[in-house]
Amino acid sequence: MSLKEQSIKGKIHDERLRKVSKLKVLLNRPELGALGGSVLVFIFFGIIAGDTGMFSAYGTINFLEVSANLGIIAIGAAMLMIGGEFDLSVGSMIGFAGICIAIPAIYWGWPLWMAILFAFSMAVLVGYLNGILVVRTGLPSFIVTLAMLFILRGATLALTRLITGRTQVPGLRVLIENDPIAWIFSADAFKSLFIWMGNIGLIALRTDGTPLATGIPASVLWWIGLTVFATWILMKTSYGNWIFGAGGDKNGARNVGVPVNRVKTSLFIGTAVCATIYACVQVLDAGSADTMRGNLKELEAIVAAVVGGCLLTGGYGSAIGAAFGALIFGTVSMGIYYTEVDTDWFKVFLGVMMLIAVIFNNFIRRRVTENK
Amino acid sequence: MSDVLVEFNNISKFFGSVIALKDVTMKVKKGEIMCLLGDNGAGKSTLIKTLSGVHKPDEGEIIVEGKKTEFDSPRDALDMGIATVYQDLALVSLMSVTRNFFMGREPKKGFGPFKSFDIQKANRIAAERMGQIGIDIRDPSQAVGTMSGGERQCLAISRAIYFGAKVLILDEPTSALGVHQASVVLKYIVKAASQGLGVILITHNVHHAYPVGNSFTILNRGKSLGTYPKKNLSREKLLGMMAGGEELDKLEVELKEMDRISNN
Repeated sequence: MSLKEQSIKGKIHDERLRKVSKLKVLLNRPELGALGGSVLVFIFFGIIAGDTGMFSAYGTINFLEVSANLGIIAIGAAMLMIGGEFDLSVGSMIGFAGICIAIPAIYWGWPLWMAILFAFSMAVLVGYLNGILVVRTGLPSFIVTLAMLFILRGATLALTRLITGRTQVPGLRVLIENDPIAWIFSADAFKSLFIWMGNIGLIALRTDGTPLATGIPASVLWWIGLTVFATWILMKTSYGNWIFGAGGDKNGARNVGVPVNRVKTSLFIGTAVCATIYACVQVLDAGSADTMRGNLKELEAIVAAVVGGCLLTGGYGSAIGAAFGALIFGTVSMGIYYTEVDTDWFKVFLGVMMLIAVIFNNFIRRRVTENK
Repeated sequence: MSDVLVEFNNISKFFGSVIALKDVTMKVKKGEIMCLLGDNGAGKSTLIKTLSGVHKPDEGEIIVEGKKTEFDSPRDALDMGIATVYQDLALVSLMSVTRNFFMGREPKKGFGPFKSFDIQKANRIAAERMGQIGIDIRDPSQAVGTMSGGERQCLAISRAIYFGAKVLILDEPTSALGVHQASVVLKYIVKAASQGLGVILITHNVHHAYPVGNSFTILNRGKSLGTYPKKNLSREKLLGMMAGGEELDKLEVELKEMDRISNN
């Protein structure tokens, strides 16, 4: 209270607010850190690895794809984090969703599209369960979803071994060909553009004359699409306003009529659905499902969201920031192969980056919330 | 009597064996500021929660504009035009002025699945409303956290008025404020009342209540010590009642009486 009192006293002679410069407004944006970080990372690798092929069409597609995969789940995680909760079961959900696609498609003879829809309905169920458990019990989502992390991973392993006798389910590739919806997750876009670019010598070709980079992977389009969609929700809809409110101060939000529990539950469903999109992309790309897929992805998603400017305490952050957080992650994890640096150092970099991001975010939060 | 906005008659509230409120009666007229005074533990918070629909009274009746009503939820009270501004203000400091102002009740534009939050309109209204109170919001997208305590209080009150409040219940609006800020808020409360709102001002600070109040209800240990119009009440008497002075006066009279009897 004394702090509040002090800040009020400081304000007495300055009842009116000062004019805030455009630069200061920009400095208060949550995604600024990740944007700046991305620029730095690109400059760094541009100097260190500019002539190694990292930024060729093929290299670019590679690091974009890694970024995109992470970005898909990071956006769900960021939305949930803004809503004031965590979901640690994302990684397990990826493995679980993969199995939910592969087992019905391979062992039960379901058409692939039906298996994919089945996986998405399971995601809605798991997300709903997470959400209901968190809002009904009032327990920290950290604990509830940590439990779900183990439950889902265990169930994935046990069920797969029970039904198939092994931990991997291969053989999906043949099913993709004639499926009505599988292309949404697996097709490369702008193929003809890439062939044309190959033909005129802009990008490298294989020995058989097809371009090395065949097109923009579906995951990259999902990544961009989800970022746009999530940003629209957060910035331009009432529901977005409720997410900020629920995360910033759930009692306050409740007092003015925001259905906080419904908002939080739907965000948990969102993270599980994002995990399932990730699983679809991975399973259809590899042609097989693996019970261990998605391991530790929940932590990477949280790193990307935090680097992207989300506050761990909720109520502040952006989807664009999380998308850039994922871009930094993907660029560094691929870029490190093009440098002389031992790849063992990657995780050190990751940890340091997260620390810097959290310190920076803390500073931003103080700027935004404190009376000056 | 047509200008009585809301009446609370013989309200009682029990929690198990605890009598939190017993036979509390009060009313608010249009344009009136009714101050509800009470020391800590007098039952102020229970009364607020009962008035705003959080608790249901166990006894007594609530009459809104002549009609007997029951509040099943805070939403019901709000729909009747009875808005409560709690001490925590229901403001999120990380969110912008506009986003706070319209939280839960955003203006919409567009159709069907593309219905969106009309930020331009919201910004305009928020800036306009804050301007009317004399708070110059150059940028309604700035976070509420950058505002002073008094400005936040005014924002919360202004929001309640904008969304159709006829009766404002203000829970300790000046308790966390310095002298200057408190006077800004009190001035705004007087202005709101002069526009025809009824205000129930809950406070334990007589110095803030006395200058602005039209009538005073004093709450003590769950019971009302009565409602007094300002003209029958000096500041000293009010202070005395607040501090339990009446009980002390009674004690003095009794002691004198005992003295007189023993002397005879």
